[in-house]
Amino acid sequence: MRSDKLSKIVVTIIMGGIGIFFLMPFLWMVSASLKPEMDVFNYPIELIPTTWRAIENYTEVWAGEFSFALYYWNSIKVTLLTTVTSVIVSSMAGYGFSKIAFKGREKTFLVVLITYMVPHQAFLVPQFIMYRWFGLFDMHLGLILLGSFSVIGTFLLRQFFMGIHNEYIESARIDGAGHFRIFFSIAMPLVRPAIATYAILRFIWTWNDYQNPLIFLRSESLFTIQLGIRKFADINGEFYSLIMAGAVSAILPLLIIFIIGQKNVIEGIAAGGVKG
Amino acid sequence: MKTWKETATGYIFIGPMMLGVVVLTIIPLIATILLSLVDWNFVSGLNQMKFVGLNNFSRLFNDDTFFTAFKNNILLLIVVPVTMLFSLLIAIVLNKKVFFKDGFKVIYFMPYISSIVAVAAVWRVLMHPTYGPINEFLKSIGMDNPPKWLADSDFALLSVMIIMVWVQIGYNLIIYIAALQNIPKDLYEAADIDGASAWAQFRNVTVPTLSPTSFFLLVTGVISSFKAFDLIAVLTQGGPADSTSVIVYYLYETAFINLRSGYSSAMAVILLAFVLLLTVLQWLGQKKWVNY
Repeated sequence: MRSDKLSKIVVTIIMGGIGIFFLMPFLWMVSASLKPEMDVFNYPIELIPTTWRAIENYTEVWAGEFSFALYYWNSIKVTLLTTVTSVIVSSMAGYGFSKIAFKGREKTFLVVLITYMVPHQAFLVPQFIMYRWFGLFDMHLGLILLGSFSVIGTFLLRQFFMGIHNEYIESARIDGAGHFRIFFSIAMPLVRPAIATYAILRFIWTWNDYQNPLIFLRSESLFTIQLGIRKFADINGEFYSLIMAGAVSAILPLLIIFIIGQKNVIEGIAAGGVKG
Repeated sequence: MKTWKETATGYIFIGPMMLGVVVLTIIPLIATILLSLVDWNFVSGLNQMKFVGLNNFSRLFNDDTFFTAFKNNILLLIVVPVTMLFSLLIAIVLNKKVFFKDGFKVIYFMPYISSIVAVAAVWRVLMHPTYGPINEFLKSIGMDNPPKWLADSDFALLSVMIIMVWVQIGYNLIIYIAALQNIPKDLYEAADIDGASAWAQFRNVTVPTLSPTSFFLLVTGVISSFKAFDLIAVLTQGGPADSTSVIVYYLYETAFINLRSGYSSAMAVILLAFVLLLTVLQWLGQKKWVNY
């Protein structure tokens, strides 16, 4: 028994050692964002700053010439709306593909799955041209639509709907309920944890997306946080303490959401094998 | 009558999704194939479009930059098995007795959920050739000329690969841990009774039972390694000297900076064909090593 405990301690120490590689860049980032510029590269690394410049750094990021508050607001708006529409579209499709026996179901689902294999960049140019024709270019609505039809969300939610026993659905049908009623009052409540998982994942992916805002937005007043921090980094060039303060600002909401919902996220990924 | 109604309801449910897939993916995809046959710049209007047949493709085969980008994509594939291997090893350890198991999961998973733009900004500083903490550390342990990482065309791609592994381990790890928990315990008990060593159990029980998971991670990993745009765009913009350019980045430059819609569409077609080919090859190859 004693050697069991010893080996557990040794393994924990080894895992902790590897964990430092994963944690260190984040700690370094936070630490650099709290220091004056000239201390950023001090070696050996000082995780706790000797001179603090936290308030000045963050004020410069948030209240300086770049409106991080605006970028933040844009990101929150786009991310929340994308998440909501995507959850609705994907759960409807997921239910349809698993619980309604319609003609051509398997073939249609296969087509949807195949589109997941296609890299987005392979059809980006016509999509961009189309957006300009339809007047969706340089609009948040356009960006929201791009993230709303998720193959992976449909796939994940379909997996969970498949886990609901058909007897539930059939007995409700015998009682005269239509698919819409069953969907809202029986199926959706049963897969609530899966919906939470997917909503968190969609939130994270949309918040972090760089490519779509880069291509489909032009006006700086519409920029999301990812474009904002990039622009900020370009202009501030070598001011690493400020860039790190921006980076911390971009990551923080996600970390909070992730830590609150970590059980959901980790289980959801494990169950569906999802990838953004 | 009843099945007719069921079918109509079914299409109403999948309707919004299908509309999105057809309008935003399938139609643009067909348009890409058509655009690959023309010489055109989307700013100049439809009447400036010139049909050039397969000309874009023959130019592509003589384009050194495209060749470099293609080669870099092939090299980036190494990231996939390396990530899988590290993740599997960590997953096996975490699945055994260890304190703070959930805490470790969160820590290893943090890079995957973090914004690539922010992560790239941090790594660029950590890998700074003269003042960066990584090189300071290498100098302090006696390395006089540490590599210049992202600034050196011989090391830039390797640096990108290191960051990619770092980002993706968490995701692979979570999937492997879930799969490990599904291996029936009696398989190991039987192996114990037969006196199999830890290594033999790993080779003959763990690896074969995990093979469907590994197959899944391999296929999705390969596909997403061809999709990787954000990291390159933020970290290196393909440089120095195209050493980290990949097809999707060169495609982006050609389409949106140099405004050559036709030529970039030809690239897209090659990219698409290559990803499909690799996926099909993996499906065919799975019979040899995947046990269901």
